[in-house]
Amino acid sequence: MSAPTPLPAAFAEIVDDFQALGGRDRLQLLLEFSEGLPALPARYAEHPELLEPVPECQSPIFLVTEVEGTGREATAHLFFSAPPEAPTTRGFAGILAEGLEGLTVGEVLDVPADVTEQLGLAEVVSPLRLRGMAGMLGRIKRQLAERAGA
Amino acid sequence: MSVPLDPAPSLQQYAHPEKLVTTAWLAENLGTEGLVVVESDEDVLLYETGHIPGAVKIDWHLDLNDPVTRDYVDGEGFAALMGRSGISRDTTIVVYGDKSNWWAAYALWVFELFGHPDVRLLDGGRAAWQAEGRPMTKDAPEPAAAEYPVVPREDAPIRAYREQVLDFLGGQLVDVRSPQEYTGERTHMPDYPQEGTVRGGHIPTARSVPWARAAAEDGRFKGREELEAIYLAEQGFDASAPVIAYCRIGERSSHTWFVLRYLLGFEDVRNYDGSWTEWGNAVRLPIAIGEEPGEAPAR
Repeated sequence: MSAPTPLPAAFAEIVDDFQALGGRDRLQLLLEFSEGLPALPARYAEHPELLEPVPECQSPIFLVTEVEGTGREATAHLFFSAPPEAPTTRGFAGILAEGLEGLTVGEVLDVPADVTEQLGLAEVVSPLRLRGMAGMLGRIKRQLAERAGA
Repeated sequence: MSVPLDPAPSLQQYAHPEKLVTTAWLAENLGTEGLVVVESDEDVLLYETGHIPGAVKIDWHLDLNDPVTRDYVDGEGFAALMGRSGISRDTTIVVYGDKSNWWAAYALWVFELFGHPDVRLLDGGRAAWQAEGRPMTKDAPEPAAAEYPVVPREDAPIRAYREQVLDFLGGQLVDVRSPQEYTGERTHMPDYPQEGTVRGGHIPTARSVPWARAAAEDGRFKGREELEAIYLAEQGFDASAPVIAYCRIGERSSHTWFVLRYLLGFEDVRNYDGSWTEWGNAVRLPIAIGEEPGEAPAR
């Protein structure tokens, strides 16, 4: 067993924030992430076909990534679209947006797949629903790896 | 029954109008003693974004399922859930939720596994309430704990297990999923994580009647004549013979279960909650692919 890769600072902070709260307050924090999810820029809002669906989520969510540069040093940008009737999915997207936006592609690829389990949301959201968040992370990584050639 | 029925004329067309309330009735009766409103959604966070004043939240994953046995909660678990939700055995429960009341119908169905005497559905659910601009709040209620007896769950009348479905092939078996799920045409792509089931298709001999055909555009149920045109005239179902409905995990089929049992008055309707998630993955269970129901294999 190798030592786990440390989380990027922004993501580690989010994990700490969730861990510091009790169950019901974790839901409230997830709601805040849901409400804080940035709107799509016009170039995607007007072209929803450019976004990739995430069927692991129960509710419709679409995501797209952009890279500046090539390889692991490229900078990653993330964009998400989910309707207001799907606040859980929006909340997951909001966490990923805040935790990963602007990192290098290499840093995102190194984020452990089980990071979604470190948020302490399983008991208030259910493990099955968390799989949707893991599905988003998996797709973000694959897109970034393809686009950056990393 | 502690709370009067909704006398709305629009409900009287159905076989069991006592199982529905209108948004107008609920608005007038909010706060009535003996009435508890329950919100049950697909999205676990939707309630926190705002809900009908006084409504308590019951979540299908977190409250109704037992993750260890992969079954519903038992009598003790249900009594505890009801008790902390402020519900006693003589409480009138009105359930509503998102997605045209899928999860609300599912919760209602689970409540009936425990024989709760008076549980009704808000016709149109959350969407209808919101569309009419009725009050919503983020304030979480703090219901006074209630005493709820430990009642054994009784699955047999309204719940089907896979062995029973296998014995039922050729009967009035209805698949309420989308046409694409029914035929087995799948949209997954290579190298993508595959959630759900290994095989696509349907249970042999099942008829395809997507649940949404019973819902009007506003999320309310269609009128009885329209429903009869689908299930009686078109499908030729016999209301006095048994029916089993299924979908992917039992939530959409709860909606159809409610339609057949309470709106059309079918006498014997069961929901196969194992549904395609179980059947599609199970060893030694036959499937059919394509648009035709298919034949029951010789056994």
